[in-house]
Amino acid sequence: MRETLIRALVRPPLTDPAPDALDPELAAFAAQLETASKARLGRSLAIRHVDAGSCNACELELHALGNVYYDLERFGLKFVASPRHADILLVTGPVTLNMREALERTYIAMPAPKWVIAAGACACDGGIFAGSYACAGGVATVLPVDLRVPGCPPSPSTLLKALLALMTSESGAADQNAAKNFTMRGLYL
Amino acid sequence: MNDFAGRSPPLPHRPWPRRIVDADTWSALAVGLGEERWILSGLWGDEGAVHMAVLDRGTSELAVATLECPDGRFPSVARHHAPAHRLERTIGDLFGFDPVDGLDDRPWLDHGRWTLRHPLSGRSELPAALGRYPFLTAEGEGLHQIPVGPVHAGIIEPGHFRFIANGETVVRLEQRLGYTHKGVEALIKGASLEQAARLAGRTSGDSTVGYAIAFTRASEAALGVEVPPRAHWLRALMAELERIANHFGDIGAVCNDAAFALMHAYCGALRERVLRLAEAVFGHRLMMDRVVPGGVALDVDAAGDAAIRELIAHLRKTFPRLVSLYDNTASLQDRTVGTGTLSHALARQYGCGGFVGRASGRNFDARRAIGYPPYDRLDFDVPVLGEGDVNARLWVRIREVEQSMRLIVQLLDFMPQGDIRIDLQIGAGEAGEGMALVEGFRGDLLCWLRLDAEGRVERCHLRDPSWFQWPLLEAAIDGNIVADFPLCNKSFNCSYSGHDL
Repeated sequence: MRETLIRALVRPPLTDPAPDALDPELAAFAAQLETASKARLGRSLAIRHVDAGSCNACELELHALGNVYYDLERFGLKFVASPRHADILLVTGPVTLNMREALERTYIAMPAPKWVIAAGACACDGGIFAGSYACAGGVATVLPVDLRVPGCPPSPSTLLKALLALMTSESGAADQNAAKNFTMRGLYL
Repeated sequence: MNDFAGRSPPLPHRPWPRRIVDADTWSALAVGLGEERWILSGLWGDEGAVHMAVLDRGTSELAVATLECPDGRFPSVARHHAPAHRLERTIGDLFGFDPVDGLDDRPWLDHGRWTLRHPLSGRSELPAALGRYPFLTAEGEGLHQIPVGPVHAGIIEPGHFRFIANGETVVRLEQRLGYTHKGVEALIKGASLEQAARLAGRTSGDSTVGYAIAFTRASEAALGVEVPPRAHWLRALMAELERIANHFGDIGAVCNDAAFALMHAYCGALRERVLRLAEAVFGHRLMMDRVVPGGVALDVDAAGDAAIRELIAHLRKTFPRLVSLYDNTASLQDRTVGTGTLSHALARQYGCGGFVGRASGRNFDARRAIGYPPYDRLDFDVPVLGEGDVNARLWVRIREVEQSMRLIVQLLDFMPQGDIRIDLQIGAGEAGEGMALVEGFRGDLLCWLRLDAEGRVERCHLRDPSWFQWPLLEAAIDGNIVADFPLCNKSFNCSYSGHDL
């Protein structure tokens, strides 16, 4: 154990730099969030994840956000266990009818203001499972969705960009460097 | 084993035989399963019939027995063989069939919320209210219930666990699953081979390569074609990368559930290295849709070969240090040794596959037992341990990572040249049935299917290894403390989505 810790001390970190490009949809979303969220929530957002029938691939990539390469928490973003602590509801899966009520109840349990992200092709519109007798087909059929993140599954870097869009502090936020600037300050402040 | 009486089905069935049997033979087979003469490898419904796949304990030969049941009634298998319970309840949910003398008539996957009842029956029945789900009970002074889920505290798939505890000690755990049921088998019905392969690859995202191999092998068996040797080798290369990526994730996560975050951080970094390599070489971090009917979607070039070798060299340097970190941390082992012990008898009775079975003395690995290509040409060991606790399940994973690294190097060293995909001549006019048993990272995956003359999938059944592991988690937690459940659960790491379909 001692050897492992010493080696970790002398080695540079594996962590990737913050992603620098925001695509237009994310930037627009960030701008829209701006007025509502920043005054009250500052630079920290708590995320509650609900798997609404995903195949588990999206969860694997959400897990990866916590590894040393992406290190989600350096940006002030964290996954929380209780919906009572959450600002963001991050939903994966096509919303199976067997999970629908649990998803709705999780949303209701969250305090306002709150936002919903549909992560992955299934959450966006049902994906490959759309039309099944067992699926509602996309989060928007059940809850108001603020942001859609495409991909099957979305890669951790795509997910990270989407989450950083929520953290953009500059007003207007269409500036491509906004997220980058903020995260740099977020790191060192 | 293959000598049970019955007539041959109208369509060719490859590579193992299928026989249509009468009710007496069906019941005799069920009794034989109960007496552990064979292993139940699958039990599923079809139009007007039920199928049962049985595996010979000695020769690992498979056979399918079919009982026609136009009236929807068939003699219960679960009556004689407990591992069939949930499979039988699922047949009831999906087809509306009634197991005669069954012992548990509660629904399983159907929570009374679908738009259809008995969705695979071919009749369009409106859903009926199912009422409150009756959990099994335990009575006594001081007992209390702890309901957990379907929404769990972390980033985990949904399922419900009902604990009955006496203080800290678990007296009974009952699972309720089905929350992620997406209707995969109904969506596959009538789909083209390509679309069906994509769906099969999304049955359980962590085993996407394993499922795709099982599905494509079964469909190629049904069509009676053999893919080029290089395709087999590339499939195995992806399968082994998937295995080590998942094992790294699990080893780290089990330690994390004992609050040893250091191991989690290091294993997470190794897993990420494997996924980034997969992205670089195969164009997708989880290698989804890279195994396709007829072969594989893309080849590995010299640069890819070098990148994989470089990764293996890195893993061989770093992984042993993590293994000794685990081995030398007594406070961590204090949590894992002797926790969540699964008996050999149960692993054997359930035909429990994967690291769960192999940590409880069951020496079965489809790569070895079935010996499908290219594993028949490769040199590897199947690690088996006997303790059956969380620690043993972790060590089996560690040993399997080492074996997979050996396999990957062999796959690169001896990979034959040639084509990577053949044209399947879809619509050549011959219908057929095929099946495959493939070793995913979690255990043996069964795929059975019937193709029509146009090459579309008429019926496909996918059986996750978790079907025979989930019930054993209920047994393994018995007498442990509630706080050790996350450790036990993670050491099993059963699939919700693969099970719920």
